[in-house]
Amino acid sequence: MALAWMPPSLLAQLPVLVVLLPLLAAPLAAMARGARWPWAVATAAAWLAFLSAAALLAVVLEAGPVHYHVGGWEPPWGIALAVDAANALVLLLVSAIAAVVLPYARLSVQKEIGDTRAPLFYAALSLLVAGLLGISASGDAFNVFVFLEISALATYVLVAMGRDRRALTASFQYLVMGTIGATFYLIGIGFLYAMTGTLNMADLAERLPELSDTRTVRSAFAFVVTGICLKLAVFPLHLWLPNAYSFAPSAVTALIAASSTKVALYLLVRMLFGVFGAHFAFVQQPAPALFVALGLVGLLSCSLVAISQRDAKRMLAWSSVAQVGYMVLALGMVSLTGLTAALLHLFNHALMKGALFMALGAVAYRLGGTGPEQLSGLARRMPWTFWALVLGGMSLVGVPLTVGFVSKWYLVLAAIEQGWWPVVAAILLASLMALVYIGRVLQRGWFDAPPPGRPQEAPLSLLLPTWALILANLYFGVDTRLTVGVASRAAAALFGAAP
Amino acid sequence: MSAALAMQLVVVAPLLGAVLVALAGRWPALRDATVLATAIALFLLVLRVATGDAPAGDAFLRVDWLEMLPGLSLALHREPLSLLFALIASGLWVVTSVYAIGYLRATREHRQTRFHACFAVALAATMGVAFAANLLTLFVFYELLTLSTFPLVAHKGDDAAERGGRTYLLVLMGTSIGLLLPAILWTWAVAGSTEFTAGGLLAGRIAPSMATVLLLLYLFGTAKAAVMPVHRWLPAAMVAPTPVSALLHAVAVVKAGVFTLAKVAVYVFGIDFLARLPNGQLAVWIAGFTVVAASVVALRQQNLKRLLAYSTVAQLSYVAMAAMAATPVASAAAAMHIAVHAFGKITLFFAAGAIYVAARKTEVGQLDGIGRRMPWTMAAFAVGALSMIGLPPTAGFVSKWLLLGAAWEAGSGFMLAVLVVSTALNAAYFLPILHRAFLRDEREPQAHGEAPLALVLPLCATALATLLLFAVHGPVLALALGLGGGAP
Repeated sequence: MALAWMPPSLLAQLPVLVVLLPLLAAPLAAMARGARWPWAVATAAAWLAFLSAAALLAVVLEAGPVHYHVGGWEPPWGIALAVDAANALVLLLVSAIAAVVLPYARLSVQKEIGDTRAPLFYAALSLLVAGLLGISASGDAFNVFVFLEISALATYVLVAMGRDRRALTASFQYLVMGTIGATFYLIGIGFLYAMTGTLNMADLAERLPELSDTRTVRSAFAFVVTGICLKLAVFPLHLWLPNAYSFAPSAVTALIAASSTKVALYLLVRMLFGVFGAHFAFVQQPAPALFVALGLVGLLSCSLVAISQRDAKRMLAWSSVAQVGYMVLALGMVSLTGLTAALLHLFNHALMKGALFMALGAVAYRLGGTGPEQLSGLARRMPWTFWALVLGGMSLVGVPLTVGFVSKWYLVLAAIEQGWWPVVAAILLASLMALVYIGRVLQRGWFDAPPPGRPQEAPLSLLLPTWALILANLYFGVDTRLTVGVASRAAAALFGAAP
Repeated sequence: MSAALAMQLVVVAPLLGAVLVALAGRWPALRDATVLATAIALFLLVLRVATGDAPAGDAFLRVDWLEMLPGLSLALHREPLSLLFALIASGLWVVTSVYAIGYLRATREHRQTRFHACFAVALAATMGVAFAANLLTLFVFYELLTLSTFPLVAHKGDDAAERGGRTYLLVLMGTSIGLLLPAILWTWAVAGSTEFTAGGLLAGRIAPSMATVLLLLYLFGTAKAAVMPVHRWLPAAMVAPTPVSALLHAVAVVKAGVFTLAKVAVYVFGIDFLARLPNGQLAVWIAGFTVVAASVVALRQQNLKRLLAYSTVAQLSYVAMAAMAATPVASAAAAMHIAVHAFGKITLFFAAGAIYVAARKTEVGQLDGIGRRMPWTMAAFAVGALSMIGLPPTAGFVSKWLLLGAAWEAGSGFMLAVLVVSTALNAAYFLPILHRAFLRDEREPQAHGEAPLALVLPLCATALATLLLFAVHGPVLALALGLGGGAP
């Protein structure tokens, strides 16, 4: 076994370590003085969590799903963590993004937030990461709600720290919508508890089928799915997202764009397949039609809005809503390939958007914004940043040898398998719209004359993490064994669990 | 070195060359020497691939790189058509490098290092297209070719270049993502494979009526073949410096398009299956219409490079039409015309560039009497023009003869009519230029002579090759006839 060098006692603790490390880092970061120590603590925790998640994925791939009872308490009394291929991948993704964004955050935060508020910032960031990891690792529906709130509260704080005063309204808007979402989820869980007497996901999945014909369970389903869709920013519940992404500090945007909606998508998949069961969700309830319709409308309309944006960061925020459309659409196909495509795009889109938002953060660091004036002549002013934008943009469009191509391949393949030709056309049309909006940014950077002033590239501590993600975009675009392998395995397991 | 290793190096070597060129950017002499050395090395490598022994049986020589998606690998193989295409593109790159170095120096272009580096990357992509063993590999390099040539098209960086570059990128990537990619995925979904297989892989796996739709997806998705109405990028690409128009937009990029169509016709559909498709003649009609329509448009062009671009659109559709006609002779004619048109058209573009460098003239109307000031250039131009029309003693006659034979074999009156009409139209727009250049007197005498030697030598060489190919077309014809099965 590849992890034979690790003591078994440590191996057994991996699921909880992944969540616990950032959670413990939060108070430490808040108590530390200055900006350097809080940053160091948060970064170290993120890296350790990343390494634990990588080890955990290796364990899961080799030995099958891992179950962990926090504090040794058996479910249904204690909190259970349950990690299989699907959430091991999400845990790896979230912790990896955190591990890449945190080194990047030091200078960016210094400039955009200042040293005095840095301890609180890093504490909130660690809480956010802990919350997201907790949602992903948890095998308990109520526990998920707790972590959902932890991550959401941390996000409200982080968004509000943006330089622009509009960040405050954006944060408030998000708070209202996010709270509605969380409340809906909680109501749904309450109904389920009332019917089944359990909150453990595995138990729920066992007891729900015989109760599925009741109005309470159907209402619970509606509340849970709507609540998660709010968090996921599915069209038309996406209105909080563009403002939150545009006005949050650069490092925060990179982190939440790459992880928050992804975790929400994972949660949706888990609730649909792992709790309610595919038969109930997709046959007895009209979820597929809804997902396909909303996915398509969101995909096309939000791509159109993205084209009309002047500010690059805002444009990418709208593009994120559009990309959520891809994932929901793939989910609505209710096929093995469709689910694989959704999970794959979850991973791949995190890589693209993380890289792109980090590149834009570097632009904002040097030039103070991401508007048309800042982007003019970027190719000459900040060539490395510009090329990161080019490659990230190509990935978003779906050019071969990038992760975007792999995603697109599976999305289109899933649609072709269903024989849904108009959907195939819509997916490809949206790719071309991405080409248009990314193309406009690149065109400005390449052709327009830069304003006078000495050219200066972003500092290395911003460039290196950005390029690390860009290279990941290329690497996983060529070597797809990990991503496609885990995604198809997870999809098969999810389908197999509830045929 | 084994042929298999050489085949991989063929794709890698130009990339390596691009890196070296970029590194040597500060020393122009060293950089230009690197460009030439890379081009020569590439040609030698392709020759090595061509002379390598065939593996046992009648399988093609093949190298698998890595499995990109489950069941879908990036792989290279050697078959007659890929050899033909690779030999032409790499051989003409040697000539073009000499020309490009001379051209860029004479016109004092900016950013010459970027130009040469992108050029080398474009050649690597071309080689990848040429030796691709399946549709996935082909698509990967096809897109790389589009992206690597974009900086070359938009090289000047002014408003016209920006507009041209935008059209170029949007049309080429719009069609490849919007039509070619779903066509490939559809093929994968029904056939469970995208490998180029002798005899085709679709027969019996897809309803013939749906196969016709798939064929049209391929036809329009491969916009590099410039079948109307997806030809608009080619005139737009003429804003590029002339060496780009000469090698990339007369040989490498456009031939990658018709090459893809020919491969799809022969190895994906298979000639027999293609011939049985209901309404399969639709593709022939569309290509035939393009031949005639583009020739009519060319008739009205005043700008020399735009005229040549529309002539290219017409000539490419000869190849597309022959590939879609689905008979063995027609496939050979398609392959032959890929070679023949390459030599003729590159000569014409070289001449247009030489005229621009020596006299700063770009319009047809300005060419009165230029044949006396630039006799070598215009003589070469005349050879190229005669080859386009299809007159002996130029190579154009050989492929036109084969095309006529293909039309006869297919019993297609339509193809015969297209060939006759388009020959007349070709004559109608090329002969007046020759008449102006050699028989009219200059309107405002300008004291200029020939372009620099680095420009004149390459264009004389390609003109000579056009003449030689008329006399010695055996080896090319052998490759063309080998298309479709058996080892090369």
